[in-house]
Amino acid sequence: MAKKSKKNIVLMQGNEAIARGAIAAGVNFFAGYPITPSTEVAEILSIELPKNGGKFIQMEDEIASISAIIGGSLAGAKVMTATSGPGFSLMQEGIGYAKITETPCVVVNVMRGGPSTGLPTKPSQSDIMQTRWGSHGDSPAIVLYPNSVLESYELSIRAVNLAEKYRTCVILLSDEVLGHMREAIEIPEIDESKIIKRIKPNTPPEWYKHYPENPKYISPVASIGEGYRFHVTGLTHDSFGFPTNRADEAEIMNDRLKKKITHHLDDLIQVEDYMMDDAKIAVFAAGITSRAAKEAVRNSRAKRHKVGMFRPLTIWPFPEQMIRDKFKDVKAVIVPELAEGQLLGELKRVLRKTNIKFYPIQKTNGELITPDDISEAIKEVRK
Amino acid sequence: MKIPQKRVHKFLRHGKKFPHVWCPGCSNGIVLGAIIRAVDELGYEKDDMAMVSGIGCSSRMPVYVDFNTLHTLHGRALAYATGVKMVKPEMNVCVVTGDGDSTAIGGNHLIHAARRNIDLTVIVINNNIYGMTGGQYSPTTPTGDFATTTPYGNIDPVFDICKLAEGAGATFVARTTAYHVVEAQSIIKQAFEHKGFSIVEIVSACPVIYGKLNKKGDAPAMMRDMKERAIPVKAFEKLTPEQVGNKYSRGILVNIKKPEYTAEYTKLMDSLQPQKGDK
Repeated sequence: MAKKSKKNIVLMQGNEAIARGAIAAGVNFFAGYPITPSTEVAEILSIELPKNGGKFIQMEDEIASISAIIGGSLAGAKVMTATSGPGFSLMQEGIGYAKITETPCVVVNVMRGGPSTGLPTKPSQSDIMQTRWGSHGDSPAIVLYPNSVLESYELSIRAVNLAEKYRTCVILLSDEVLGHMREAIEIPEIDESKIIKRIKPNTPPEWYKHYPENPKYISPVASIGEGYRFHVTGLTHDSFGFPTNRADEAEIMNDRLKKKITHHLDDLIQVEDYMMDDAKIAVFAAGITSRAAKEAVRNSRAKRHKVGMFRPLTIWPFPEQMIRDKFKDVKAVIVPELAEGQLLGELKRVLRKTNIKFYPIQKTNGELITPDDISEAIKEVRK
Repeated sequence: MKIPQKRVHKFLRHGKKFPHVWCPGCSNGIVLGAIIRAVDELGYEKDDMAMVSGIGCSSRMPVYVDFNTLHTLHGRALAYATGVKMVKPEMNVCVVTGDGDSTAIGGNHLIHAARRNIDLTVIVINNNIYGMTGGQYSPTTPTGDFATTTPYGNIDPVFDICKLAEGAGATFVARTTAYHVVEAQSIIKQAFEHKGFSIVEIVSACPVIYGKLNKKGDAPAMMRDMKERAIPVKAFEKLTPEQVGNKYSRGILVNIKKPEYTAEYTKLMDSLQPQKGDK
């Protein structure tokens, strides 16, 4: 452990930060399949995990990768996989399985240009809606999106923690630029008390219920091979985990999947509010695009223009109430995104009862939105 | 009788999950019986047993056994089982799957699990049809046979599951039938004891769907068919091509030793630990 006086500053890539964060959070099983631009996460974990008592396996495809980590998680490991665009599409059925079986796991999706094979080496933000609605059926999601290398490290830890705490699949978004850019960061010291460990049941096996009856509470959970011999199925199930066709039991299960998210919004939602207090014009941006947004806002503020930036670090659940509160005095919002209106649509839905004007900036050609692009938009809006 | 009913009941979620979903005359119950009698003979603890399945008639089996049970996605049982085995190598991990689940949608996982030689025991119940969805043709539906999606007769050539597994690197490969239930139990037992990837194809009867569509008669008639067509492997090898006809071999087809995957990974981890004297 480094001494506090000695700064532990390293030059690190975004994807490496995710891998290092995973190790810090206690991830001890990773299964993955190579895909640009996420491959470094797998490469680094293939080096680090076996040295740290963990295991790495390269599976035959992304479907096998998500399946293997869910199996590993049910057997008691903290697990992660990392992928991008096409691989993320392949994982959708498994993501739904992790959610209905309430199995903790983290899926990293380093976004690249689409659709299909698209632009593998270029950044994109066009999987925002897929993280929420990609798997069939209603399945509430927890999705985090950092905007720096340091935050990639921190949110990697947080993603693992939230997955363990809420017993679900947490998606950690990144993008090609964020994943590949290098920044000097001071690796925060790990506070072991902040690393969430699954609570083990102490009930006799015959009383054990794998799923809690009260959705507000996160219940103790047993792993395979600990004497509880529970059943896990992707079918709609009762609180013991056995399949059911009964409407009342189906309702209880679906209600729990929803409420374990909606009852914990305060714990789940993180946002960055930059100069929003007196802002008349807001820039709403996430991930790599928010770096340009912040720069543009800073430049505007230097000219004493009342411009602010609002950035969700938690994409889903969408920070609806916070947005409504913060946008009370906002007249116009600029929404830059590397997608065709995915964030914009959601923001419009949240602010539908206001008179706020929306100014989208959308690029899907593989290029980033620059501070100049946003400054230009601010100028237009001020006219 | 060495195994009275109650001893078998110990391994079942008896009284809770029965009656089962399988049709009259289905072979799945026979295979379930053979698996749990093999586990009983081996003296494995229920806590140390994991049964993993995909989707289909055979894949409904885990809900009935009092093991650690995992009913996963269509075709993916082997990938889930790989994750369980990697994290808990000390457990006995058994995969129960069907012909469609393991060789169509799950074919990729089958060949790669076999290639790795990971210590999983795979029971493939081959009934030559997709039963759960009502009788569509699978990769093992014989050419010329009928299914709800081959109304004019099947033109697809078939997979030989055992040859496929052998070609992919499985170190224990066997075939038997639901009729040869004592042999099935003995082979399953040996498959469990084998350190490495083991696969047992059990030819089974689906009289209600496959049998009906192809005029194979009732369940006893289909069992008689197994009795006549399944030839012990040694005798089968002596048959001329003319004598083979529609017969197939039964018994242990491959039984070789190769490094097992999770053991190799443990070795790799050990080799990375700092040696004494290293700083």
